[in-house]
Amino acid sequence: MAALNLVTPTSGGTWRFPANEPLRLDSGGVIEGLEIAYQTYGQLNADKSNAVLICHALTMDQYVASPHPVTGKPGWWPRLVGPGKPLDPARHFIICSNVIGGCMGSTGPASINPATGKAYGLSFPVITIADMVRAQAMLVSALGVETLFAVVGGSMGGMQVQQWAVDYPERMFSAVVLASASRHSAQNIAFHEVGRQAIMADPDWRGGAYADHGVRPEKGLAVARMAAHITYLSEPALQRKFGRELQRDGLSWGFDADFQVESYLRHQGSSFVDRFDANSYLYITRAMDYFDIAASHGGVLAKAFTRARHVRFCVLSFSSDWLYPTAENRHLVRALTAAGARAAFAEIESDKGHDAFLLDEPVMDAALEGFLASAERDRGLV
Amino acid sequence: MIREDFREILRLVRPGSRVLDVGCGEGALLDLLAHEKQVDARGLELSASGVAACMARGLSVVQGDADLDLDHFPDRSFDYAVLSQTLQATRNPRHVLDELLRIADRAIVSFPNFGHWRVRWSLLSRGRMPETKALPLPWWSTPNIHLCTLADFMALTQDLNLRVDASAAFAGKGAARPMDPTSALENWRTETCLFMLSRNGAPPIRELPSSSGDLFDG
Repeated sequence: MAALNLVTPTSGGTWRFPANEPLRLDSGGVIEGLEIAYQTYGQLNADKSNAVLICHALTMDQYVASPHPVTGKPGWWPRLVGPGKPLDPARHFIICSNVIGGCMGSTGPASINPATGKAYGLSFPVITIADMVRAQAMLVSALGVETLFAVVGGSMGGMQVQQWAVDYPERMFSAVVLASASRHSAQNIAFHEVGRQAIMADPDWRGGAYADHGVRPEKGLAVARMAAHITYLSEPALQRKFGRELQRDGLSWGFDADFQVESYLRHQGSSFVDRFDANSYLYITRAMDYFDIAASHGGVLAKAFTRARHVRFCVLSFSSDWLYPTAENRHLVRALTAAGARAAFAEIESDKGHDAFLLDEPVMDAALEGFLASAERDRGLV
Repeated sequence: MIREDFREILRLVRPGSRVLDVGCGEGALLDLLAHEKQVDARGLELSASGVAACMARGLSVVQGDADLDLDHFPDRSFDYAVLSQTLQATRNPRHVLDELLRIADRAIVSFPNFGHWRVRWSLLSRGRMPETKALPLPWWSTPNIHLCTLADFMALTQDLNLRVDASAAFAGKGAARPMDPTSALENWRTETCLFMLSRNGAPPIRELPSSSGDLFDG
């Protein structure tokens, strides 16, 4: 059935910015010859008012509604994007780009450093969520779009949406933030640090220069993914799915994957390394850890959104999400309210944990559909 | 079929104004106000299902608690804050009422009158907590933890230095009728009351809505 939701991208590829249009980074660094890999679906209308930017989460990419070139899997957000869905290529011009620092075609640590002719590795500058958004804004302009009808994202994608509302509020009409946070908690940073240490402890990491040695720190990256994957699920969801079920009859009395949950996590880890770069994982998790919108606005989150009063926001959290819990989302909503922005917010009852934003949650679907439909009416799109 | 209290609120609210409905449920009143009065409609609602229903209608509603979340709205960000049949269910009604008139120029508040003769008779004759049409649930399951009489409410408005701009009485499904909230008799005969309040010293509204017809559409 999923195949029915597939959309042929109307265009896509890699946008190369000339050297005289460098990306200036929060760290003070500069990326020259920036490349951004992207996909678009649908057509920009005559008055250029139907463009939507979808911001992807940590390990996602630009293939939001078309098959992934490595895994062959259909787009990662079929519930939201596709024919007859709230974001429909028949009505919207949908843009999704790989974040900078990523590994699906945008400039990142695996890209070749023009200065050395070798992969950047750890010589790639540390990037932030705001840097990712600045690069997206360059791409959106390059595609001929001045103002976006909506900027949409979950998890790290939701962080980018917030950053858009801080840095480019005049370029957006509405914003959808799902299962996100305005800063990383100590626990969030702690889990990311476990992942990074797992990668860096792999002998094949080679101080980040593994590309020069023709190896990849696959074991470390797999462990990082395993640890992170646990945080995406709720305890009840994990219990319901696996309980204490065994892989085979009886215990092995050893350290094979006796339990189904072990086998599942190992599979998650090993399939992840086929499509993701270990250094990208370091850089992107770092960007998320550094993310703290209030910090750059005198510690007051509401002050960050004073220019976004005209933007209509939809914020959704999920009751069993312990990675970016409701309290963090509510913190954002209160700041938006205090700033005078128009915000809609609901905590969706779900036992599926953080990943619920990508899964079958009819209440979320109804809320999102209603929000986007009314925004479209007010934007004059229908 | 429009609820009679909604009909009264619809009559009181100026077209094109900014309205916050606190405890907006599934958004029936906001929807009505948005369509009939073209108001900028916002809501606050405790239940997730209510909020989701509102969002599906395209309403800007935040899931939250009147006791906790009004504090986060800026001063005078609305023309009207509506609190329909909810004041008696809040943990701190005095604070909530005060907050309504901080964030909005006018508060429209309705609540069941505990001084109504049926309530008094029920308590007097049965010696048990009253269960009436307006207050149907037993004491151990009612959300109404801070019931008050019309006279109690008037005392609170005095205490908070509030002015009554309009008041109306309802009974059952009958139409609203004008009501003098200072009358002791009204404290016996009013089953449900509705007020429009503002702070003393705030500029008066040009004209009070008449009890029939629509002042602003006319």
